Amino acid sequence: MNAIIEFLIGFFILVGALLSLVAAFGVIRLPDVYTRNHAASKSATLGVMCILLGAFLYFYHLEGHFNSRLILGFVFLFMTSPVAGHLISRAAYHSGVPLWNKSVRDDLKRDMKKASAGNKDDLKKNNKKKALVSK
Amino acid sequence: MRTTNNVILQTSIKILLFFIVLYSVYIFTAGHYYPGGGFIGGLMTAGAIVLLLIAYDIKTVAKILPVNYRILTAVGLIFAIGTSAGALLFNVPFLTHAFGHVVIPVLGDISLHTATLFDLGVYFVVVGVTMTIIQTIGEDE
Repeated sequence: MNAIIEFLIGFFILVGALLSLVAAFGVIRLPDVYTRNHAASKSATLGVMCILLGAFLYFYHLEGHFNSRLILGFVFLFMTSPVAGHLISRAAYHSGVPLWNKSVRDDLKRDMKKASAGNKDDLKKNNKKKALVSK
Repeated sequence: MRTTNNVILQTSIKILLFFIVLYSVYIFTAGHYYPGGGFIGGLMTAGAIVLLLIAYDIKTVAKILPVNYRILTAVGLIFAIGTSAGALLFNVPFLTHAFGHVVIPVLGDISLHTATLFDLGVYFVVVGVTMTIIQTIGEDE
């Protein structure tokens, strides 16, 4: 039982470190902001969560200390990090950072065009209604 | 009112705010025996309110938390001076604190220290000053 838990502690911490390293390589090697953000927000989150889990197991197993702050940090990181990634990507898109030159689809651009066209149609309709009412 | 689509940010902050405020209260109350205390507890509470300010308007936040932060700073200073000067009533030097174990029916044996009230003053001052700085910068439009 001891050996299994000690193996798990080492496994979680090493896997977490490896995932963080993969995230760093992704940030260096990927071509544009969106793909880099994809690497950083997913892989680094899982990496840090694995390290926290390893640290929690270490203190629980070897010192009998149930550290609820590590669990809280675990949950907190799981909830905040994707939201942060989403906001960075969104801010980048809306401030006009270009996509990688080999990317082929941009659904958000199409949808935004559609939405703004829809707004214009609504405005026209409202203006017509107002004109009718004023007549 | 801003009309940007912030659903993801606002929903996540609605949930996360409870975690942050709970943790700041924990850090404040555990300050006597563990790392923590009034200063970082106050900063973390201020951080939670700043997160609300990021997700919503300054007016909406003023409606959610109708607190005048300048008065909060003054209340904190009064707490600090009051707990320090209270020692003079018992013929001991200024800033002497008392300590004791109290048995409370539901909660059991609790060690109470008047330094906690001093720390509460620090907490209020830190929240008040931080939020005053941020609001006065943010209100200039």
